[in-house]
Amino acid sequence: MNDEKIIYFDNGDTTRIDDEVLDYMLQFYRTSYGNPVSLHSLGIEADENIASARETIAGFINADANELIFTSGATESNNMAINGIAGFYKEKGDHILISSIEHSSVKAVAHRLENEGFEVEEVKVDKQGFLDIEDLRSKIRTKTILVSVIYGNFEIGTVQNIREIGAVCRENNIVFHTDAAQAYGKMRIDVKDENIDLMTFNAHKNHGPKGVGALYVRKGIKLKKMIDGGSHEFGMRSGSENIPAIMGFALASEIAYRDLEINNSHLIKMRDRLADGLLQIDHVTYNGAHGENIDKRLPHNVDITFQYIEGEAILMHLSLRNICVSSGSACSSKTLEPSHVLTAIGLKHEQAHGSIRFTLSKFTTEEEVDSVIQNVKEVVEILRSMSSFIPEEHSELINKDAKTFYKKK
Amino acid sequence: MALKYTKETIEHFTKPHNLGTLENHNAEATEGSPACGDMVNYTLQINPETLIIEDIRFRSYGCASNIATASIATDIVKGRHIDEVKKMGTSEAASKLGGLPPVKMHCSVLAINGIKAAIREFEKKIGRIVDEQRVLTEKALKNILKDIIHPKHGINIIDNNNVTRIKIEGQNVYIVIELEPDEEMFAPNIREEIQEHLEAMKCSHEIMVKIESKTGQFI
Repeated sequence: MNDEKIIYFDNGDTTRIDDEVLDYMLQFYRTSYGNPVSLHSLGIEADENIASARETIAGFINADANELIFTSGATESNNMAINGIAGFYKEKGDHILISSIEHSSVKAVAHRLENEGFEVEEVKVDKQGFLDIEDLRSKIRTKTILVSVIYGNFEIGTVQNIREIGAVCRENNIVFHTDAAQAYGKMRIDVKDENIDLMTFNAHKNHGPKGVGALYVRKGIKLKKMIDGGSHEFGMRSGSENIPAIMGFALASEIAYRDLEINNSHLIKMRDRLADGLLQIDHVTYNGAHGENIDKRLPHNVDITFQYIEGEAILMHLSLRNICVSSGSACSSKTLEPSHVLTAIGLKHEQAHGSIRFTLSKFTTEEEVDSVIQNVKEVVEILRSMSSFIPEEHSELINKDAKTFYKKK
Repeated sequence: MALKYTKETIEHFTKPHNLGTLENHNAEATEGSPACGDMVNYTLQINPETLIIEDIRFRSYGCASNIATASIATDIVKGRHIDEVKKMGTSEAASKLGGLPPVKMHCSVLAINGIKAAIREFEKKIGRIVDEQRVLTEKALKNILKDIIHPKHGINIIDNNNVTRIKIEGQNVYIVIELEPDEEMFAPNIREEIQEHLEAMKCSHEIMVKIESKTGQFI
């Protein structure tokens, strides 16, 4: 595929690595390739390198360096957090609360614990995806040991009031975990100020390498360890650290936080231009925080439901036009279930099926945004013209002779 | 999940054949539902003398393979006798497209069964068949379950040996499905599909579907 021609609007999934980051990483394969647990000079050098990366990354979230555990990414961090807390605090309680819009690496892990005798409940969100704090309060019990709420939602872009949720957990002496995989690098996060006990984040959402992430664990919070073996990562996560990736993680974070204001003002401008353009299409809805809450939306996320058509077909048409997006449709998932995030915010199944997520990056240009708007308009028109699911009152959407219409294209 | 479609599938998706609605049709059916994310509508012109399908059009609300299977299904049946079409296997559309990803095999079932449903309506209308007595036999039930495709394997749940027990006691129907422990996530979809297919058959039975994992736990 010709990379030049691809318009990549799936940056909420993963991003293109910065050249600067990739170049920087190579020396940790070629020359400084030691293992920090070794006693010799290369080992000492590696130990110093990883310590400085840890220090750097911790600084961006106002944590101490020894409160960070490097992992293989956000999925592992989420597994480590949920299983680790459940494993360590099971004597204290058996009740876990998660929001109804968590990533599957929180949702699936939590529900799996039900097989081990834990009770897992989901806290409601409103129509824009904001956690219902009263529902959270009412579901807290003396046996609740963990609350996990996603920081910025991967699908609908809604950013929670983490400080307030954290405060409710503190009041009730419950460990609070947040999955900040989408928010890190795009928002300024302060774990102390925001009452966060555990936080998941990673590198590849911010033009860093894949296969590396971290879990912040506040001093005093204990986890049952999942991987036994050596003494890496304070004994919590054995296995030789992925030093090149960790170094790339640190540099990608530095760049992201150095340029945060510039990037965000660009992203917000592109996001709103894209949303405005797409919302001109009839029978569409903007999913997630918008309107007066637009400031509480991730700067790179637009999620739209196109009524009467199905998301995978939209996605495939766009893909054939070299535009990469993602969909909350069941047909683009392995289980044939529509996205639980979209149904949690009250979308009917048929609305969830017609949803497309566009996620932008600092590389996104105005030309790309305009091209995507134009292409989406065309694709939506094509698919609606042939849809078997147009209500009578909107029969103008149906092309009476769809065959001719197709040939024209 | 990256979906790899064949060239034929992409071709039928982007340039579907026989699209639209036949103004003077004498048979019509809509299969599937918007809630499931796939629904196909067929209008047919069947010659009442020869019983040959002379013309057919489709409309689709669905994914790329839904559109492609419906498109090729119209090609397959055009010019054929309805009795021939009634005997057609539900994987016919998929194989003509050079195969579909396992998770998409149900699209082929929908595409073929939609046409069969239109033929059934037509036959009723001309008095070729009387409205079948809805006595559910174990054999009939098995045939219905043969239209439920396991999303992971792309094979129907009868041939994939997922159905471990069928019992019909008067108005009560019990179906026990067994899944591998790592297939639990498919349970809601399979359950929903079974309910929907049985409802579509308009059978008035009380249906109980139990799904268990091979470790013995109920899902």
